[in-house]
Amino acid sequence: MLRELATRWLFAGLIGIGPALASAADETGVVLAEGESRDRVLAMCSMCHSLDYIVINSPFLDRTAWEKTVRNMVTVMGAPLTDEDVAVIVNYLAAHYGATSVPVNDP
Amino acid sequence: MLATSGVLASGLLLPGRLAAAEGGELPAGAAASAVLDALPGKRPLIKRTFRPPNYETPVAQFRHEFTPNDAFYVRWHMGVPDLRLAEWRLRVAGPAAKSPREFTYTELLRSFRMQEVAAVNQCSGNRRGLFAPHVPGVQWGYGAMGNAVWRGVRLKDVLEEAGIAASALEVGADGADLPTLTGPDFVKSLPLWKALDADTLIAFEMNGELLSRWNGFPARLVVPGWTATYWVKALTELRVLDRPFDGFWMKTAYRVPMNLFGPSSFESQDTDHNSPITAIRVNSLFVDPAPGATLEVGKQHEILGIAWDGGAGVRRVEWSLDGGANWREATLGRDLGRYAWRQWRFQFKPALAGMHTLLARAQSRDGSMQSDVLTPNPAGYHHNVVQRVDYHAA
Repeated sequence: MLRELATRWLFAGLIGIGPALASAADETGVVLAEGESRDRVLAMCSMCHSLDYIVINSPFLDRTAWEKTVRNMVTVMGAPLTDEDVAVIVNYLAAHYGATSVPVNDP
Repeated sequence: MLATSGVLASGLLLPGRLAAAEGGELPAGAAASAVLDALPGKRPLIKRTFRPPNYETPVAQFRHEFTPNDAFYVRWHMGVPDLRLAEWRLRVAGPAAKSPREFTYTELLRSFRMQEVAAVNQCSGNRRGLFAPHVPGVQWGYGAMGNAVWRGVRLKDVLEEAGIAASALEVGADGADLPTLTGPDFVKSLPLWKALDADTLIAFEMNGELLSRWNGFPARLVVPGWTATYWVKALTELRVLDRPFDGFWMKTAYRVPMNLFGPSSFESQDTDHNSPITAIRVNSLFVDPAPGATLEVGKQHEILGIAWDGGAGVRRVEWSLDGGANWREATLGRDLGRYAWRQWRFQFKPALAGMHTLLARAQSRDGSMQSDVLTPNPAGYHHNVVQRVDYHAA
């Protein structure tokens, strides 16, 4: 996938469309809401998937539902996260992508 | 590709147009995150997630009887394999295979008769995004589906070449896709009866072209009538099993509450409370007009849609102008095969200016009808609620 993205960047350069335009259509264009520990959350979640998975599943999951989702990433999908990591991610998601959050426009 | 960049430049889709439909609307985040984006070799599709890539087909593309390959939706759980034909092998083994075999691509083509089947391939979670209340997962709209002619060899013929023992119960299927970390590999199984069905194929082609990498190159299972979770892409291994396969993607994921959608057709996988999702439910979709379209008062308009089911075939499609009080029969298009979808059309003249609603519902030859209300289920499967399309008459 990384090679795929690189290819698309290269292609965008060849036909002369600007980098800003190309970046609008790859996962680097997905920007998460500002907030505590955002960069840490971003780094942990994007190990395995693009961050649009968070955005599309909002705003309808409450803290309990986000916690279940993140725990599944560890117990089922094998994400190497400590309990503290999970707490940081759940806090961030509940605050910015929770059931009562204001919808976030991305990108 | 230059045209593609033009579409990229046009940027965001209008969320209102995607979401303005019957029943629920996409979650606000899903509507905002949807962009038209072209994967290499594909025309612009509606991006749901970039990695793994999950892209759905814009409904306007369903005006074709068969969905163009470059418009066909893309759905992966994991990284997309990049296989070379010369190195690719299909292994057939397992505890209930009497003489395990391995085939090259050429050997498969030479050893077995080629077959074709026209069939709808529909993601189990198609329309999940329209569930109310919302359920987590990829928030698909209407386009996680397509109709194609699939060409390949019968799964049955290949399995028989490896010898099926009397103890055989299920057939496992694994593709070359691998989890990023230590998560469960995407492996599915079929009950033996479905694996041996004459219409179940190992396909190499769709619509007369080799499968693209996005849709399973060089070979994928085609399991007509059943949701696409069983249509394993980039197929590399078949295992004839003498007990129920207990991998995550069978025993935990892709399940529906027991008897909620009728009796199970995969009994060896049933538990006390749930069973695997299997056959597609009867369904229909308006293709033209798009929700929110303006139709001229007093002018004759032709309405186009599609209808499909799990293989019994579509018996009739009815439409209503008055919210379902009165129904009239639509004209069915060509019968492309019992697993394929069928186009339908009707004509009408809007009489009064203002906002109105069109309804359409399909009935299967097995007697089943689309649902009037959503049947909630934890994973958001089988959304076949009668569609309501609002239009503006002016």
